[in-house]
Amino acid sequence: MGKKIKIFDLTLRDGSHAKSHQYTPEQMATLAGQIDKIGVEAIEFGHGNGLGGSSLQYGFAAASDRDYIEAVSPVIKNSNMSIIILPGVGTRHELNLAKEFGAKYARICTQISEVDIGEQHIKMAKKLGLIPISVLPCASVIPVEETVRYAQMAESYGAEVVYLLDGGGYQLPEQTFERISAMKKAIDVPVGFHGHNNLQLAVANSKAAVEAGAEYIDCCLKGFGAGAGNCPTEIFVAVLGRMGIESGVNLYQTMDIGDQYLRPLMPRAMEIDSDRIMLGYAGCYSSFLLFAQRAGEKYQVDPRDIIKEIGKRECTEGQENICIEVAYDLAKEKLAKQTSI
Amino acid sequence: MQKIGVAIIGPGNIGTDLMYKVIKKSKYLDLKLVTGIFAESEGLRLAREEGIETSARGIDAILERDDIKLVFDATTANAHMKHAPLLREAGIVAVDLTPAAVGPYVMPVVNLNEHLDAPNVNLITCGGQATIPIVYAISRVTPIPYAEIVATISSKSAGPGTRQSIDEFTITTSRGIVEIGKAQKGKAIILLNPAVPPMIMNNTIYALVETVDEEKITKSVENIVKEVQEFVPGYRMKIPPTFDGNKVTVMVEVEGSGDYLPKYSGNLDIETSAALAMAERIARDRLLKIKKGE
Repeated sequence: MGKKIKIFDLTLRDGSHAKSHQYTPEQMATLAGQIDKIGVEAIEFGHGNGLGGSSLQYGFAAASDRDYIEAVSPVIKNSNMSIIILPGVGTRHELNLAKEFGAKYARICTQISEVDIGEQHIKMAKKLGLIPISVLPCASVIPVEETVRYAQMAESYGAEVVYLLDGGGYQLPEQTFERISAMKKAIDVPVGFHGHNNLQLAVANSKAAVEAGAEYIDCCLKGFGAGAGNCPTEIFVAVLGRMGIESGVNLYQTMDIGDQYLRPLMPRAMEIDSDRIMLGYAGCYSSFLLFAQRAGEKYQVDPRDIIKEIGKRECTEGQENICIEVAYDLAKEKLAKQTSI
Repeated sequence: MQKIGVAIIGPGNIGTDLMYKVIKKSKYLDLKLVTGIFAESEGLRLAREEGIETSARGIDAILERDDIKLVFDATTANAHMKHAPLLREAGIVAVDLTPAAVGPYVMPVVNLNEHLDAPNVNLITCGGQATIPIVYAISRVTPIPYAEIVATISSKSAGPGTRQSIDEFTITTSRGIVEIGKAQKGKAIILLNPAVPPMIMNNTIYALVETVDEEKITKSVENIVKEVQEFVPGYRMKIPPTFDGNKVTVMVEVEGSGDYLPKYSGNLDIETSAALAMAERIARDRLLKIKKGE
């Protein structure tokens, strides 16, 4: 077939969400050194919300961006270093930091309909000599033609790969196939996909993306990431093997590193419980999960109701504060109902 | 009443909203020109409808005449970096609504009278104007080692100028939290939300405080909200100060007056109302000086 899929391993970035951003730099460096051996194209690491994400809004990380990158950059030898920023959260300072430590890829993540706020940072990354990748969440809530138009805009700014990101694990495989196929026809640069597993469709969506022509897929060891997690690296490597597609990733080694080095750091196995199913059903960002649960506890409302309402309000990546507002509103409503009875 | 001649450069969402406010509300400003770079733009068309002279030759149209003493710049951070030295050389005061931050930061409820003689004043950002008053209100009660703001605006109210200056927007707002809000460290997060119907501008302010005096902090925040309301009536507290250890969380929303875009665009109002208040004060000061023969 000759086709090769490039896997970006996000265990140390999306996985940060599942650890409330509490990886120590040493833990990150140890894991990065192991993941470096398995044959993935890139290793992305840092705060779950990207460089610059450490905050009250998303949670402070255990260490600064600089501490993490200082620890991780020397151990990545075979793979490549990737960082991600959300314009409006991360800035040129973070791109400069990534450049200083030799990152290869700078991924710029913006809500798909807001792709133009990524223009500035895509161009800055390119100027610095980083390979800019545009990562676009929430394509499944807009028509295929619009998805294509925004992908073309990302390409016109200089993105060298354009990703669709299904942050809520809400997308169905046929939606993924349809959108990636249409993008492949309309743009010249490669296409990528990033899935979440809240409806247990991360692998199916990633497979559909590959069938439609995607060449870049985001995975995490054991699926360790926000919400119910991401597309598990081990499983996807096995699936690609069954499909007869080259990934360059060693299956046994991937499994062993997951068991030996990651599992002891995981607060819990990646099971799909009620609140996580709700994320996928409502189309709410996986990274909102812990915030919805905390707000639910503070204001005594069911986190599922919070998640459902967030889906309705079409919240974008980064709007974690909405959990407080929604919980506050629901609690007020509940109180009003009780007093009126 | 005597007035001073002013121009608006950059007839986008912010420039157009400002135009209506100057026409409707100003006492001391005579809007002589609206200038942009696209002759067919919506903003220039609306200006002509109001009987205002327009030009598509940008800054040049201002520099070649001598009846303009103050310019509102509502272009982009990059464009203002070019405009600022030209305006300064021509002796024209620049009221900068981009996040270029060439001149000192101004915020009506904090330092309205501090920079009346500056050649260039900067309005920080709409996110800054909506949130930094709250930071300031808390820091006058107790020191704030760290404050953070999250401003969420509807996609429809963020025009191309704002989008192409997102990096400066983030950095300038962070600095404003420290310089005007008086927090020791500041961080700003700016989010655009595409939901339909568009959401009203929503702002969350977090502060880690040294001394948790719930009563004093709440009172101070309530007072500043009232002060902001005097020039932006749609500014209101959505969630009053909520205390969690040494963390204070406040949410405010800003409903616009609908001068240009509909009411969800409170981000336009808070920025343009602050710019107008500032320019009015500068103009009044100048006119008083002329009267006194200074």
